Amino acid sequence: MSDSQRIVMTGIGLTAPNGNNLAEFRKSLLECRSGVKHHEIRYMGKQVAGMCDFDEYKYQSKKLRRRGTRAGSISIYCANEAIADAGLDWASTDKSMVGVYLGITEHGNVETEEEIYQMHQNGLDWKLWSPHHNPRTVANSPAGEVTLNLSITGPHYTLGSACAGGNVGIIQGVQQLLLGEVDLALAGGVSESSQTFGIFAAFAAQGALAHHDDPTRASRPLEKNRNGIAISEGGCVFVLERLPDALKRGAKIYAEIVGYAINSDATDFVNPNGERQVQCMHKAIRRAGLTPADIDLVNMHATGTGTGDVNESQAVRKAFESSPKTYVNFTKGHIGHCMGAAGSIELAGNIPSFTDGLVHPGMNCAELDPECEIPNLVVNEPRPVGNINYILNNSFGMLGINSALIVKKYQA
Amino acid sequence: MADVRQIVIDIISDIAPDEDVSSIDDAKSLREQLDLDSMDFLDIVMELRKRHKVEVPQEDYPKLASLQSCVAYLGPKFAAAPV
Repeated sequence: MSDSQRIVMTGIGLTAPNGNNLAEFRKSLLECRSGVKHHEIRYMGKQVAGMCDFDEYKYQSKKLRRRGTRAGSISIYCANEAIADAGLDWASTDKSMVGVYLGITEHGNVETEEEIYQMHQNGLDWKLWSPHHNPRTVANSPAGEVTLNLSITGPHYTLGSACAGGNVGIIQGVQQLLLGEVDLALAGGVSESSQTFGIFAAFAAQGALAHHDDPTRASRPLEKNRNGIAISEGGCVFVLERLPDALKRGAKIYAEIVGYAINSDATDFVNPNGERQVQCMHKAIRRAGLTPADIDLVNMHATGTGTGDVNESQAVRKAFESSPKTYVNFTKGHIGHCMGAAGSIELAGNIPSFTDGLVHPGMNCAELDPECEIPNLVVNEPRPVGNINYILNNSFGMLGINSALIVKKYQA
Repeated sequence: MADVRQIVIDIISDIAPDEDVSSIDDAKSLREQLDLDSMDFLDIVMELRKRHKVEVPQEDYPKLASLQSCVAYLGPKFAAAPV
């Protein structure tokens, strides 16, 4: 493979419920610091949720924040942080060759719910429906807000891919770089889901909304007494470049993206299909020219639902049955489910293991569900494992979308 | 009687929170002094309707050009509006 076909990560900007940059986030992951708290949710009252506390006005005026959306605000913060982290000379960057590709679970629910609420509070006066509703709710909105903020004139769009969005956004960025459509991709995932009551009510109706008197213990994937998903918001944007471009400007390289796959269950609206998950992981591994035994660490999607965790545990056991040295962890115990951002945020959280040799633990696993036992599962405390070269990141979503992404520790 | 000038300033402060509204020249166009675009004026109209039940038909939007014209135009409407 020529170097121009090698895609590397050179900048990371993120906000998660327990950290507003990679260093803070990694520290929280290693120290098992949860970002899930009790919050008042419209109509429903106190619920566990993960909210981010980044400074919305660090890169955006108050007026444009008001004009835009929460998802846009998260995206703008993450994109600017990623560019700064990458050390790019933004003023001299050709903005027409920059693309913005953001995975999303959904978009527009927050704004639509708010409009309906306001109309209801005001005697159903439809003339109070905001003229901003359409630009706020078009599906490209979060990525479009980034282009407005950063004067980017290359392509932008979102990738509607449910909770696989965080991986899918990155994969799109990689593909567009390989096609030569752009020279630089701002790619990742974003979610404002915890700002909308509907998603809480729907998961509650499914019996899949996490609850616990201690909110920091509510999200407990793979744990015997888990009771559902803690809904969170967040975002993570990576700067992606072709390797020669990164080398030319002397960029620090976090990782190389060497494999990926997306497939579909074609079996159910919400229930996952473990067999397809195995196929997806194996397809990504084949694309990377690897075998399962080459993978040092797998980050599970593991949301904390009864069926989903059992299915994925079976799938990971099966996919890596020939690989006794692959470690496995998960991230949602710390931060809840960041929906369309989950894949990107969780991948970012594991990337420092290339340099510190630690596997951060899955949190809140007091008593492992016997059906979720996996060899080399790392829970409750970090594990020093030495050299890590390959990480596989799982991210799955409703309607049976599966994604797996493999990153490699950079080697010239 | 409603302080129409203050009502309009309060709305502008919410719509354009980065702007300094303390030294607006009442006689001058608002758009000459503040970073307001056509969507902001739609918001002003919307907030007048939501907060004060005062309706401004589209053909009258130019009458909101300055604080002075706002007071002249909206004053009678506030006087007639339901409390």
